[in-house]
Amino acid sequence: MNWFDIGAIDDIPLRGARCVATPQGRIGVFRTAGDTIYAIEDHCPHRGGPLSEGIVHGASVTCPLHNWVFSLETGQAQGPDEGSVKTIPVKVVNGRISLGLDLAAMAAE
Amino acid sequence: MREKLVIIGNGMAPGRMLEHLLEAAPDRYQITIFNAEPRVNYDRIMLSPVLSGEKTFEEIVIHGDGWYVERDIMLYKGHRIVAIDRAAKTVTSEHGETVAYDKLVIATGSVPFIIPVPGSDLPGVITYRDLDDVDAMLLAAQSREKAVVIGGGLLGLEAAAGLKARGMDVTVLHVMPTLMERQLDAAAGYLLQKAVEARGIEVLTKANTKAILGEGRVEGVELADGTIIPATLVVMAVGIRPNVAVAKEAGLEVGRGIVTDEKMVTSDPDILSVGECAEVGGNVYGLVAPLYEMARTAAATLSGSQDKRFVHSDTPTKLKVTGIDLYSVGDFADGEDREEIVLRDASCGIYKRVILKENRVIGTVLFGETSDGAWFNDLKKKQTDVSEMRDTLIFGQAFQGGGNADPLAAVAALADDAEICGCNGVCKGKIVSTVTSKGLTSLDDVRAHTKASASCGTCTGLVEQLMRLSLGDSYNPAAVQPMCSCTDLGHDDVRRLIKAKGLKTIPAVMQELEWKTSCGCAKCRPALNYYLVADWPDEYADDYQSRFVNERVHANIQKDGTYSVVPRMWGGMTSSKELRAIADVVDKFAIPAVKVTGGQRIDMLGIRKEDLPAVWADLGEAGFVSGQAYAKGLRTVKTCVGSDWCRFGTQDSTGLGIRIEKFMWGSWTPAKVKMGVSGCPRNCAEATCKDVGVICVDSGFEIHFAGAAGLDIKGTEILGSVKTEDEALEVIVALTQMYREQGRYLERIYKWAKRIGTEEIRRQVLDDFDRRKAYFDRFVFSQKFAQVDPWSERVSGKDKHEFQPMAALSLQQAAE
Ligand code: SRM
Ligand SMILES: Cc1cc2nc3c(=O)[nH]c(=O)nc-3n(C[C@H](O)[C@H](O)[C@H](O)COP(=O)(O)OP(=O)(O)OC[C@H]3O[C@@H](n4cnc5c(N)ncnc54)[C@H](O)[C@@H]3O)c2cc1C
Ligand code: SF4
Ligand code: FES
Repeated sequence: MNWFDIGAIDDIPLRGARCVATPQGRIGVFRTAGDTIYAIEDHCPHRGGPLSEGIVHGASVTCPLHNWVFSLETGQAQGPDEGSVKTIPVKVVNGRISLGLDLAAMAAE
Repeated sequence: MREKLVIIGNGMAPGRMLEHLLEAAPDRYQITIFNAEPRVNYDRIMLSPVLSGEKTFEEIVIHGDGWYVERDIMLYKGHRIVAIDRAAKTVTSEHGETVAYDKLVIATGSVPFIIPVPGSDLPGVITYRDLDDVDAMLLAAQSREKAVVIGGGLLGLEAAAGLKARGMDVTVLHVMPTLMERQLDAAAGYLLQKAVEARGIEVLTKANTKAILGEGRVEGVELADGTIIPATLVVMAVGIRPNVAVAKEAGLEVGRGIVTDEKMVTSDPDILSVGECAEVGGNVYGLVAPLYEMARTAAATLSGSQDKRFVHSDTPTKLKVTGIDLYSVGDFADGEDREEIVLRDASCGIYKRVILKENRVIGTVLFGETSDGAWFNDLKKKQTDVSEMRDTLIFGQAFQGGGNADPLAAVAALADDAEICGCNGVCKGKIVSTVTSKGLTSLDDVRAHTKASASCGTCTGLVEQLMRLSLGDSYNPAAVQPMCSCTDLGHDDVRRLIKAKGLKTIPAVMQELEWKTSCGCAKCRPALNYYLVADWPDEYADDYQSRFVNERVHANIQKDGTYSVVPRMWGGMTSSKELRAIADVVDKFAIPAVKVTGGQRIDMLGIRKEDLPAVWADLGEAGFVSGQAYAKGLRTVKTCVGSDWCRFGTQDSTGLGIRIEKFMWGSWTPAKVKMGVSGCPRNCAEATCKDVGVICVDSGFEIHFAGAAGLDIKGTEILGSVKTEDEALEVIVALTQMYREQGRYLERIYKWAKRIGTEEIRRQVLDDFDRRKAYFDRFVFSQKFAQVDPWSERVSGKDKHEFQPMAALSLQQAAE
């Protein structure tokens, strides 16, 4: 796994999210009210909704298409819905965000 | 000749027993009661609210004097029985009254335990058991000095909270490391301690009382470690002992309590015992639910029935201190063979723990949020296998299937035999069937007929929900449906409080109205954002993070994550120039679909989010603004061709529609608003199924509203007729503003109107000119801040971050 700088904390609104395009698909990067940064796959297991466009509340996000709620911490769907998204390791140093991805391995193939 | 029944003690258990007995065998006995307390039967449980001032003694009386008179029962108040002569079958009171019995019931309750330390007999040291104790505490509280409560259990904490509420400085001493350790685990005990301390009550745990100090009266308490705590009042609430003295004296078999069989009969076949003084199946009890079971059993035995037997059940513990919610039932000790599921929410002091053994609930501890207590207890009682719902069990019933957080749905889903009122052992089926069969309509009726919610009252909310379930809209409980699970307040309360308290930001609302989550959820945040925008148009800064994505990016999200764009075509009119501009945009951005909508305009579907600002820039150059096809605001104003062209047209319906649309687009509303203007009653613009519609007639304009043609179909109602276009506009604007100020988020006009009533709306926006004008002016004011084309704003760079990925990682970058 390698760390990739994707930008500064302030590029994401509080209680908001942005997406990052990668060769493995889009990743949603979330910033909670308490300034914690999370990253998860930007693809709802229900019908592929872009999670980074949902409403962020607590450490959860509500999918914009049909309102499934996901924990940003675990990637698990909350409540009655079943499913999960991959979580991606995040590092924040001096206000810069990096994601831990296995892209190098893929590139080498 | 009726048999003679004598009862010793007139507490909660025998009081309930008599009710059952008089129902089953009204004339069988001539009844005499001796009560050491000089008063009628009252709800001992509710002494704490009397202490804190939330209730008066009169409100907690169960059977007043009249009750006994009507039933021909002889009640001796203030008569303690000092001897039972089993051979002669008589009892004798301290005042020398002797009465013969055929059957005797001993219901002497408990006596509070007093720790035998030096000074425990000083004046100013009291226990907490009856009204006299409460009166003594109230007297002491007048001094507003220091009180020490010894004992951090249920009684001690209720006493402490009551004394604090009465203005005393209170310290609770508890010998164990955490409070209420017999009912709560350590984590919940810790939260409880914090909650108690947050009310300004000092709590000392591991505090071992060595002596009570004072010369002639209490002056303080000394602990084993030498600490001295000054006090003018000491309340001992360290436990109770079954009151077995007279029974023992009479030679009845006594263990911890007066030993009875499962029919509540003691070792003497003519003597029964019920209440805290009785020991049945080796257990003694200190909460009313099992005592009421004893009462039912003893009544059955006395009325000659042979089948009713006492059955043991665990009783949930709840604390009756307003604002501290805790619930515990069953076995919660750790153990090899058990598993536990725990949920904590530190920010709002919520802790939930469910203890499982072989996939069955055996115990539950809830703190901070206890509404699922009854449900967990029901799972426990029924020994339901919970493996299927293990993952979501801890989130409670609302999360099991359907995901509906509506409390009504949760209650609807309860089984008929689920216990609602723990004190009185009343289950859901009983409440529902009594409500329906007896036609009950008020909470008091339900209390009178079923006893549900008539004791400690903590189930009142559930009972009210059941009533609503049974009676539908005809029952208006005081408890309203909360906005969402983040609050107990309903939409109307929240709107009222926002205004009343002058709350102007979402965090302020959440703080002041005690939201249960740190930053709300996807249900309440958009609603709050709307209420604040509507109430403080000039002061509130719209919170985009609380808006659904469509409203953030001013386009409609599609199932594949692309967007659709619908520009306004005022009143459905367009031109070759506009159509050409649309055609050019479609070609330039390779837009895959173009459709004429049901709202008389054109939809371009399948646009990539990144392209939106550029698409809008081109449309803007051709003079288009956003059609707000995504907005909880004015969508379209459908028109027909009207007097300009149509041979039947009576007025310029197209012109009026365009005028309304240009005047009213922009401001947000509780839900979307669609309008229509038809040039004659043939109604080609389908105005009579819109939120607001106008039918032009020769004499002027007929204004309609409250129609629907989506999920529900409903023809409009007629608000009234006006003569001029100006008036029509003013009335429509005023109507919309009234709706903006009162509607609940996502409530369309027809639903709001149903709540408020057509008459009332007509009175305010048609008949009362001053009000109409005031509503109109407020709408116009709000438009100053709202009538800004969101597309051109974003073309000029606003919210850039919404449209571009934060970063794009490529393989090259990855390989580095
Ligand atoms: C485009 C259009 C269908 C079409 O191709 O003609 C349409 C498309 C959608 N409608 Fe509609 N409705 C369209 C006219 C209507 C009409 C007819 C009308 O307005 O004359 C109705 C019935 C009238 C009414 O609203 O009462 C209608 C009743 C609904 C409803 C049910 C609303 C209700 O309260 O009962 C929804 C669901 C909702 O709003 O929650 C809905 C929701 C939707 C949404 C927004 C679904 C969604 O949430 O994503 C669709 C968005 C597609 C898009 O991206 O454009 N649409 N929808 C029409 C756009 C009109 C416009 O120009 O703005
Ligand atoms: C402040 C407080 C709060 C409580 N809160 C709760 C709660 O939230 N939930 C819950 O389930 N339980 C609660 N309880 C416990 C509940 O009140 C008791 O379990 C219940 O009242 C016991 O009923 P009983 O009929 O056995 O005895 P009691 O109600 O104590 O009645 C016994 C009566 O017998 C009289 N008596 C005693 N000896 C004699 C004699 N020799 N001759 C004549 N009369 C005599 C006494 O004066 C007394 O009036 C609380 C108790 C208190 C004090
Ligand atoms: S009726 Fe409306 S909401 Fe349903 S599919 Fe058609 S456009 Fe979508
Ligand atoms: S695609 Fe996310 S909830 Fe349906």
